[in-house]
Amino acid sequence: MNFTEREWWTLVHGMILGAAFLLAFAGGLAELYSLKPALMTREGVVERMRRVRIGVTAMAVAAWATVITGTWVVYPWYREKTPDSPRSQLLADPDTADWHEFGMEWKEHIAWLSPILATAVVFIVWYYGPGLIRHNRVRHTTITLFVLAFAFAAVAGAFGAFITKVESVQ
Amino acid sequence: MEPKNGATPTPSGREEDFPLSDKVEGPISAAIIAAGVGATALGLLTTLTEASTAVQDGLQWSDSVGPLSGKTVLAVIVWLLAWGVLYAVLHNKPFETVRALVISLVLIALGILGTFPPFFQLFA
Repeated sequence: MNFTEREWWTLVHGMILGAAFLLAFAGGLAELYSLKPALMTREGVVERMRRVRIGVTAMAVAAWATVITGTWVVYPWYREKTPDSPRSQLLADPDTADWHEFGMEWKEHIAWLSPILATAVVFIVWYYGPGLIRHNRVRHTTITLFVLAFAFAAVAGAFGAFITKVESVQ
Repeated sequence: MEPKNGATPTPSGREEDFPLSDKVEGPISAAIIAAGVGATALGLLTTLTEASTAVQDGLQWSDSVGPLSGKTVLAVIVWLLAWGVLYAVLHNKPFETVRALVISLVLIALGILGTFPPFFQLFA
């Protein structure tokens, strides 16, 4: 029951940071959605704003950590110019080549949109603060960006999981 | 449902219980549009890298990561620069966030197109 160093890093990149990202998204979305007068009390504003800030900031941090470890730690092993690297293995078989040529090629780029959008959300929440409660237009815009950040990460994460299933970094 | 300890539940708030923010939306719009600019930059760099070996070589800032290193770092730099410039221009303006979102969504769509393999591989 041992993991190699590479397998540990793929676990950190895909499972640990991925789980943190999912948790932060779920919490952040629920808090952002319910940030409206009918669902709040005056006494609860400080606590609710703290939870919103923690949720969106945690998601952005997880998103940055995921793309940085993915691009700079795991990806070099994936694309090594050796016959047994995952990239070489996928491209060697016409039945699996699309996993690289479409799946990996899209994943490695689109994933970077997630932390950029999540950071914009962090800025909005910290800048506007409790103003979001009364300002539906800004709150809805923030939710849209937050969901988009999640959607791009979900595309990248899904392809990552599929590719790892077909040919994993070891 | 009555609380078990007999306390009177705090009623949820009315609109007027919460202050309207007097902050202008310009800084928010700057952040939103800048994110779109970053997305477009990544899409453009991805397509240019496929179209030109010179660009591909120029963006290979790390041998182990390949051109993805230059593409992503440069897109982040463009995003941050755009954010700084847009913030300077919009920080005291009431630029509506919905307008900013529409602009940003168009830019993000361009970014998605540029990073979509069947599209950028047309230029290989």
